[in-house]
Amino acid sequence: MQAQTIRSGKRSRGETAFDAAIAVLCILIFIIIAYPLYFVIIASVSDQTLVSTGKVTLFPRGFSTFGYGEIFKDSRIWTGYRNTVLYTVAGTLFNLLLTLPAAYTLSRPEFRARRILMFLFVFTLFFNGGLIPTYILMKDLHLTNTMWVFIVPFAVNVFNLIIARTFFEVSLPKELYESASIDGCSHFKFYALIAMPLSKAIVSVIALYYLVAHWNDFFTGLIYIHSNDLQPLQIVLRDILLSNQVFSQGAGSGGNAGGYAQQFADQVKYGVIIVSTLPILIVYPFIQKYFEKGVMIGSVKG
Amino acid sequence: MSSRTHKPANRALSELRRDYQLWLMVLPAIAVVFLFNYVPMYGIQLAFRDFDFSKGLTGGEWRGLHYFSQFIHSYQFGDLMKNTFFISLATIVLGFPAPILLALILNQVKWVRAKKFLQTIVYMPHFISIVVMVGLLNVLLSPNTGIVGHLISSIGHTDLNLLASTRSFVPVFVLSDIWQHVGWNSIIYLAALSTVDPSLYDAAKMDGANKWKTMLHVDIPALVPTIIILFILSMGNVLSTGFEKVFLMQNSLNLPVSEVISTYVYKIGIVSNQFSYSAAIGLFNTFINFVFLYTMNWIAKRNSDISLW
Repeated sequence: MQAQTIRSGKRSRGETAFDAAIAVLCILIFIIIAYPLYFVIIASVSDQTLVSTGKVTLFPRGFSTFGYGEIFKDSRIWTGYRNTVLYTVAGTLFNLLLTLPAAYTLSRPEFRARRILMFLFVFTLFFNGGLIPTYILMKDLHLTNTMWVFIVPFAVNVFNLIIARTFFEVSLPKELYESASIDGCSHFKFYALIAMPLSKAIVSVIALYYLVAHWNDFFTGLIYIHSNDLQPLQIVLRDILLSNQVFSQGAGSGGNAGGYAQQFADQVKYGVIIVSTLPILIVYPFIQKYFEKGVMIGSVKG
Repeated sequence: MSSRTHKPANRALSELRRDYQLWLMVLPAIAVVFLFNYVPMYGIQLAFRDFDFSKGLTGGEWRGLHYFSQFIHSYQFGDLMKNTFFISLATIVLGFPAPILLALILNQVKWVRAKKFLQTIVYMPHFISIVVMVGLLNVLLSPNTGIVGHLISSIGHTDLNLLASTRSFVPVFVLSDIWQHVGWNSIIYLAALSTVDPSLYDAAKMDGANKWKTMLHVDIPALVPTIIILFILSMGNVLSTGFEKVFLMQNSLNLPVSEVISTYVYKIGIVSNQFSYSAAIGLFNTFINFVFLYTMNWIAKRNSDISLW
């Protein structure tokens, strides 16, 4: 009895050290991930002379909304924002319209072509024609430099298809459809009146994945769009953040001299990071559990 | 009534009649995937032909392996291969274990609210766009005005510009990638850990194993199947370092180490319109990826019975 208490006492000391190490690691991880995000927020509303000399570290100093003022005056950002909202909403709706019914079909065990079709979908993950043939195809189809190139091509993401199919397989057993079909229920009806209402969770997950992908899409604009009126937000962001074309009139795009203009340019950059990511960051805490769920379902069947 | 006695053709027909609604539901998806994923595969032949503007994907005169040999003998070939492999391998070697470690750490946190809060924070950077991510690096690492830039010069590296040096390109690329995706990539491992049979933990406790030993002998073995599958998949992408991030991080100063196959294909093909040559380079890239995927899968199958196919 005594020996055991000693042993357990000793063990708990080791355990305490272990728990302490875990706690320290967690705090470190928290700081490393969260601080850069926090810093962008405080830097975007601080006096840029203080930011650029490294004096803003924990709290905003010399409150200034100059950057946000410039952003609201910039018509490029408004155009980009409007385009991206349009592409995101239309694109996501089209994605769902194609992906969900297809996933439903592929989840039905009595549908005999499901294996071969699934293989043909999954094959595209590992092998593709490559950039150049795809680009030529888009040109031949006259999709380049139109808004459709953001919406129609690649409307079915195979990962999302797999997630939805796996969910339908589990949550809509064969017996459920069979008993409904005895009462004269067709697949269309079953899908619309039973499958969809039972699958709100998975529809949200997939809609959110598509939404984020459209919002963050930079590649399509870069490759297929050359007119400024059609460019999405991410291309405008590239011009501002990376090509240093901060002010639309060209004035004050101070180059890399690090001069006075550059400091103001940096404040615009901090602000623009916030403004462009805001829609996602606002909804993020509320939908985080849905995102997580998607990965969980997807991992059941890779 | 009994469909078993019917001829196969009749059976197929009656099945089609039964399933026509299912077919209608999957057809739009098939059409889009066929048009945008399979038709370009037909265009792969461009890599073996001259490009002809009037003929599009069908291509012009047959050139065989001409464009491949042009690429292999070009003076950029060595650098492109070296850069592409180096960036991918660095990303895998450092980036692959990071989410596993994070999941093991998070799994030890028993205070549920703290754990949830930490998860919310670490998943967040995943949703930042690549443009914003690189923009973030630019403003934070800038040697004159960035906060990390100040930190670097304050510890004595005044001449180091993290954004424009051939030495720092790969570390910045890889570490920022880990920062952005480590949380998100840990979800799948956390899911695997949550399925561990609780009786294994009880058994470990009975045997006098401490938390550290439990982690080594219960948690890590539980992750092995997931680790193997994800590792095979990541090896299959060894030559496809995400085009966008490398492209956006490129500047004239780091170009010697940052020009990779995908950015080169873009410049040669889309910017300079050398379609056949860049299609050949792209195909070469796809082929090597496929070989890697296949080899890794073969090794895994032989040694562990876990494989993709």
